[in-house]
Amino acid sequence: MQRYSALGLLTQGLRHHENWQRVWRNPTPKKHYDVIVVGGGGHGLATAYYLAKLHGVTNVAVVEKGYLGGGNTGRNTTIVRSNYLWDEAAHLYEHAMKLWEGLSQDLNYNVMFSQRGVLNLGHTLQDMRDIQRRVNANRLNGIDSEVLDTQQVQELVPIMDCSPNTRYPILGGSWQPRAGVARHDAVAWGYARAADALGVDLLQQTEVTDLIVEQGTVKGVSTARYGDLYAERVGCVVAGNSGVLAKMAGFNLPLESHPLQALVSEPIKPILDTVVMSNHVHGYVSQSDKGDLVIGAGIDSYNGYGQRGSFPTIEHTLQAIIELFPIFSRVRMNRQWGGIVDTCPDACPIISKTPVRNLFFNCGWGTGGFKATTGSGHVFAASLAKGEMHPLAEPFSMFRFHTGALVDEHGAAGVAH
Amino acid sequence: MLHIHCPHCGEHREEDEFHYKGQAHIARPLDPESCTDEQWGDYLYFRDNPRGLHREVWFHSAGCRKFFNVVRDTQTYEIHESYLIGTQPAGSGTPDSDSTEVQAS
Repeated sequence: MQRYSALGLLTQGLRHHENWQRVWRNPTPKKHYDVIVVGGGGHGLATAYYLAKLHGVTNVAVVEKGYLGGGNTGRNTTIVRSNYLWDEAAHLYEHAMKLWEGLSQDLNYNVMFSQRGVLNLGHTLQDMRDIQRRVNANRLNGIDSEVLDTQQVQELVPIMDCSPNTRYPILGGSWQPRAGVARHDAVAWGYARAADALGVDLLQQTEVTDLIVEQGTVKGVSTARYGDLYAERVGCVVAGNSGVLAKMAGFNLPLESHPLQALVSEPIKPILDTVVMSNHVHGYVSQSDKGDLVIGAGIDSYNGYGQRGSFPTIEHTLQAIIELFPIFSRVRMNRQWGGIVDTCPDACPIISKTPVRNLFFNCGWGTGGFKATTGSGHVFAASLAKGEMHPLAEPFSMFRFHTGALVDEHGAAGVAH
Repeated sequence: MLHIHCPHCGEHREEDEFHYKGQAHIARPLDPESCTDEQWGDYLYFRDNPRGLHREVWFHSAGCRKFFNVVRDTQTYEIHESYLIGTQPAGSGTPDSDSTEVQAS
């Protein structure tokens, strides 16, 4: 792998950028792999990378039906934070946060991780009580988190309307300084490049048409393009299509797929240097390095696979943003799109063994998967390498919906659902 | 924007008048006490999530405030029909074997 460096950039620049290596190979698949990862999004690529890097399992294929990072990895609003309420979730997301902090160096790829802080606003007394509870829980788990009052919020974000005359006055908020944003595409590309360099085969345009299961044990996957590929273990990281794959293996998952929309505005000069989220008026906004405002809110209520959303949701989102930032009222929106998120009843993921031996699933991240890309890949790789779930992944078993041991983050975390 | 036909009002109205209430035709176990954890978990949390025709409950929250069922395609978002709770769809949507009717609340 060609290492990226300032000197390299300069030398290549002098040669008119004509001699850069291809970032990853386009390999012909082998017939047999140690591990096949189905799904070439951020989580799947991270899984493959950590398998090769930390566990020495390099005979790995990532099978992707479209192109790498072409699903929700390239469609989200790029917020990274770890201020979750419950211990199980907080440990998992904080694990991810620690990996984010060294990721660019680790991958030798600039993922533009910018720890500009995330502000979760409170608009009612109950909001503020929940925020205090969550901040205390975060601090007990070693996660940086503070409660801010209206004055401190105003100092952080001078352009926000913090006056008492608004429909939902801002009473304060929680603040996680280490949180921030990252460049979503770069995360997928960085992991793909690093995994490829360690020998992982990245098979794009390769749709899995069936899982090969014999006597309760998975043996591999059937693909439209390359026929049957065999593997000792198979890990499925396919977000919105998890239910479809689970059905191929003969079991159900408690997931529902919903469209989640996001929009970006025309690029404007730097005006917002942090991430502002509000669950009460329901919207969140940050400004990308390119200058456009990146805006999102909750999922569309109904199930859907259409990768587009409904207009009432956009209207609702923008009402919330204008409520907070009257200054944005005449900014024009450039693009709007929808991704399909697989939501779990308790708003926590499934990282789990399945009723089929050697088949593992990592799904159900719902609206908050991007922030966990690093940690999710890390613990899933450990689980696939050893055949036993990583301790951080254990509470997220798919069997919790029968035992009742849910990790109920719905409405408890600073989650904008 | 979905245009949903409310069988109670007999009119097509825009989707922001309605609330989505999830999968239709879910039968509550007649004797919950005798359910295994597996059966109870299935009833509470496991839902069909088809890519294609989906039978679902909608609530006309800003209209007549009554519930009804809809058959909708989750891929194209085309609505095939609306029908009353307690009845089966006329054309599309395969009926479930366990379709004891339960009014959502």
